[in-house]
Amino acid sequence: MTQQGVRWGADQVLALAPDDASRKAGSKLGVAGPWSQAGSSDEGTVWGLCKGSGSRPYQTVVDIADAAGPAYKCSCPSRKFPCKHALGLLLLWAAGEDAVPPGSVPDWAEQWTAGRRRRAAETRAAGASGAGSGAADPEAARRRAERRAERITAGATELEQRLADLLRGGLAAAEQAGYGLWEETAARMVDAQAPGLAARVRELGAIPSSGPGWPVRLLEECALLHLLDQGWLRRERLPESLAATVRSRVGLPGSADGPPVRDRWLVLAQYDTADAKLTTRRIWLHGADSGRTVLLLSYGAAGRAPELALPVGLALDAEVAAYPGAGQLRAALGERFAAPEPTRIRPPGVTTAQAAARYGEALRDDPWLESVPVTLEEVIPVPDGDTWQLADAVSDSALPLTPPALGRPGLWRLVALSGGAPLTVFGECGHRGFTPLTAWPRTEGPAVALC
Amino acid sequence: MIRTSAPVEAPAAGAWEESVTAALLGTDRRTPPGGTPGREAPVALLDTAAVQTLRRRAGLRPGRAAERPQPAAPDPRPALPEAAARRLSVLLADRPGPAGGGRRGTAPDLMELLPQWLAAANAHGYAAPPEALPALLDAARGRTDLRPAALAFAGPRALWLARLNPEWRFALRAAPGGGSALPGPDDAERIRRLWEEGLFAERVALLAALRERRPAAGRELLAATWATERAEDRLMFLDSLRTGLGPDDEPFLEQALADRSRNVRATAAELLSALPGSALAARMADRAAACVAVDHMRGTPTIAVEAPHECDANMERDGVVPKAPAGRGERSWWLGQLLEAAPLGTWSARLGGRTPQDIVALPVADDWQGELHAAWCRAAVRQRDAQWARALLGAPAAPGAGGPGAVSLAERARLLGTLDAAERADWVAGFIAAHGLSEAFQLLGVCAVPWAAPLGRAVVDALNIARDAGSYPWSFSGVMGLAERCLDPAEANRLDGLLAVPDEAEDASPGAGGYWAEAFQRLVTTLRLRHAMAEELADRAG
Repeated sequence: MTQQGVRWGADQVLALAPDDASRKAGSKLGVAGPWSQAGSSDEGTVWGLCKGSGSRPYQTVVDIADAAGPAYKCSCPSRKFPCKHALGLLLLWAAGEDAVPPGSVPDWAEQWTAGRRRRAAETRAAGASGAGSGAADPEAARRRAERRAERITAGATELEQRLADLLRGGLAAAEQAGYGLWEETAARMVDAQAPGLAARVRELGAIPSSGPGWPVRLLEECALLHLLDQGWLRRERLPESLAATVRSRVGLPGSADGPPVRDRWLVLAQYDTADAKLTTRRIWLHGADSGRTVLLLSYGAAGRAPELALPVGLALDAEVAAYPGAGQLRAALGERFAAPEPTRIRPPGVTTAQAAARYGEALRDDPWLESVPVTLEEVIPVPDGDTWQLADAVSDSALPLTPPALGRPGLWRLVALSGGAPLTVFGECGHRGFTPLTAWPRTEGPAVALC
Repeated sequence: MIRTSAPVEAPAAGAWEESVTAALLGTDRRTPPGGTPGREAPVALLDTAAVQTLRRRAGLRPGRAAERPQPAAPDPRPALPEAAARRLSVLLADRPGPAGGGRRGTAPDLMELLPQWLAAANAHGYAAPPEALPALLDAARGRTDLRPAALAFAGPRALWLARLNPEWRFALRAAPGGGSALPGPDDAERIRRLWEEGLFAERVALLAALRERRPAAGRELLAATWATERAEDRLMFLDSLRTGLGPDDEPFLEQALADRSRNVRATAAELLSALPGSALAARMADRAAACVAVDHMRGTPTIAVEAPHECDANMERDGVVPKAPAGRGERSWWLGQLLEAAPLGTWSARLGGRTPQDIVALPVADDWQGELHAAWCRAAVRQRDAQWARALLGAPAAPGAGGPGAVSLAERARLLGTLDAAERADWVAGFIAAHGLSEAFQLLGVCAVPWAAPLGRAVVDALNIARDAGSYPWSFSGVMGLAERCLDPAEANRLDGLLAVPDEAEDASPGAGGYWAEAFQRLVTTLRLRHAMAEELADRAG
């Protein structure tokens, strides 16, 4: 696996940064000054010595060849991952050959990369030979699963009772009861080992304070939660694929056991959402040959970037395997056959009416779906009072942008890129509107990330 | 919001509203519609609501499009080279942190390089990448000094964006005519209409633009409506005649000397005095010449000064302000104004055929030297007289040049402005070589960027000397910062020797060596970065 030639772009490097501070610190180190003896090898190792505040320079190595994503090693004491030195080194490397010339790997860097690759190869071999070793005692596993299902059933039953009580007393009373009621119910669902139910309950708590129209939204969400409870309680009577959807919505872990699909996967978008404990990264991929759109999820502890980072606008030759469940787009990234490369592929687009229809159809498979990934073609961002729309260039219809999208700097990048002219926009289309994630100018031009 | 289509088989449109009302009040108080036999009322309501919710969501249709904005004007400039576009995004991402405390370390200050980058990109005539415009406008919003270059680079699309986002309104104020292009100098009809109907800012911009290319046309435009303009506007318009000022403007300016507004009269007089051939300049020369003479009665020829005894109406008409500021004698105040407005060319003949150098070297009787030389400095700057400026500056290494002399540092900086770039750099280099860096900051500020080789070397040598003297680098942080931005990047290699941490000398400040090495590293790093930036913009990068 060699990767001559393909140096990354600065954006691509900065996407690896765990937070804003690292991004900034890394940018400052992305210049020749503090670096010495830097170089890169055809095998995809980049190394360099970075002068820090101490007397000895830090030794920084990055292995970009690994199909599982870049790996970093730095002798600095930072607990950020990757640290600013690794980011700076990659930026320097991305900037061109002057500062990081091709060369042969020095010993200190070679030791680490060789060790890493050997371990990776061993893991792969072990994985191939002993696939069944995890399920040592199938009988015990089955008993565990049964016990958990019983607890979830108890939880769902309790939740049904609470929803019924709520509706009996009226939502107006719930507004006065405040957030505490929901927190407590959510904690009960965590105890019942149903994290999917717990998350939905927690979101219910935020609705009464979410502005005008809250009773409608609260009733909708209560009804869908009720639907999910009912789905779980009667899962034996559901078609298998819908039952799998219910299981995953309730929060039971699935495994990506779908058949691996090899394709040229275009990276449509990558964005992170974070709560107090967890950073969740969503990456949308579009298969150039299969036409499928899949979602990769990866997680990082709070303050750390999830490990998987794929630069928007590039394509990678890889296998992905789907998770079970009707209407579920989640997949797992399997083997990668080459590093991501620049591409001119763009996803085929639809009109706004087709996008809305696509969401409606997707609800048939998964009624709890918030939105579907859609590429809109020939749309223009249009201001509409305090909000914005994406309007078809030729017809008279338009999708409103979702409230969160209106507050992001990406909105203005989208508007600037358009300049009043039609463009292609990928995003998530749901009942609250459209969230733009990536845009392509009408004519030639690379993808511009909006999130 | 998206509107919901009404499915054909849907129950009455009010069904959902009824469900919401029932849910809001509670099923104990309000019986929900429909209702399934055998199920409790709240559960039945949830059943119904789930179906209704999904039906509503599945039936969503796009809404009606609002009025589309006019497309932005096309930007015909070529796109940035890819590497330069990446660099721009890195420079723009480097926002100064809150309060920005702390030691600067060895990393360059990227935000400080943005002005240079923009100037270079504008010189190449590139168009800004559209997706970078929001960050560019945000940067220009926070820093007014960036605005002209940033807006020029951002081009027509930035103004189009600024009309959509109130946070970027400043761009519309800064751009004449809110972004609509000024008429070309030959478009007489549009010029006349804009002049007669335009807003004040548009008219100022129009006049300034005309004066750049066709000074006479600009003057005629102004003369046509002069009588009807308000006094404040007359002052601003008159001031724009400074651009392209020439002998042809004299009649108009002479007439403005009789203006009702004192400020307008003063400005007209100032402009006339900058025209050495004007009648006003001649009148001032006569008055000034009456005050200054060479006294041969003493051992060495000496300049004798006799300040005017009164400020008559004619002097006042020629722009002399009769009332002296508090703390100044009125006779010396009048003298200063006469000398400042008199053409410098008259002095050689008046003072015995001497050159400016000889005149400046003459002793001056009765403590008038400061007053006299300061007035000549102002005259040299106003009349852009390089020969006199040179004489008044004196030799850069002269002992008086470093300390407070007749000519202050601020005046020197202004005098230097009348010399050409190479001579300016040489003079400042000589000054630094003789007097060090402690007084040099202001003078360095007027030198052309990048610094000429002799100047750059003088600065680096002086920094090196300062380090060897054992002081801390932050005593020179101003000059260091300037050097990072202004040294020729080609000098970077000459600095390599300074990067090492030297052995600590006994009398040096503790740890100073390490801090100096760090400061020099930042200097070299910044120079390399500037070199890379220039290469990228010239499309020669890697």
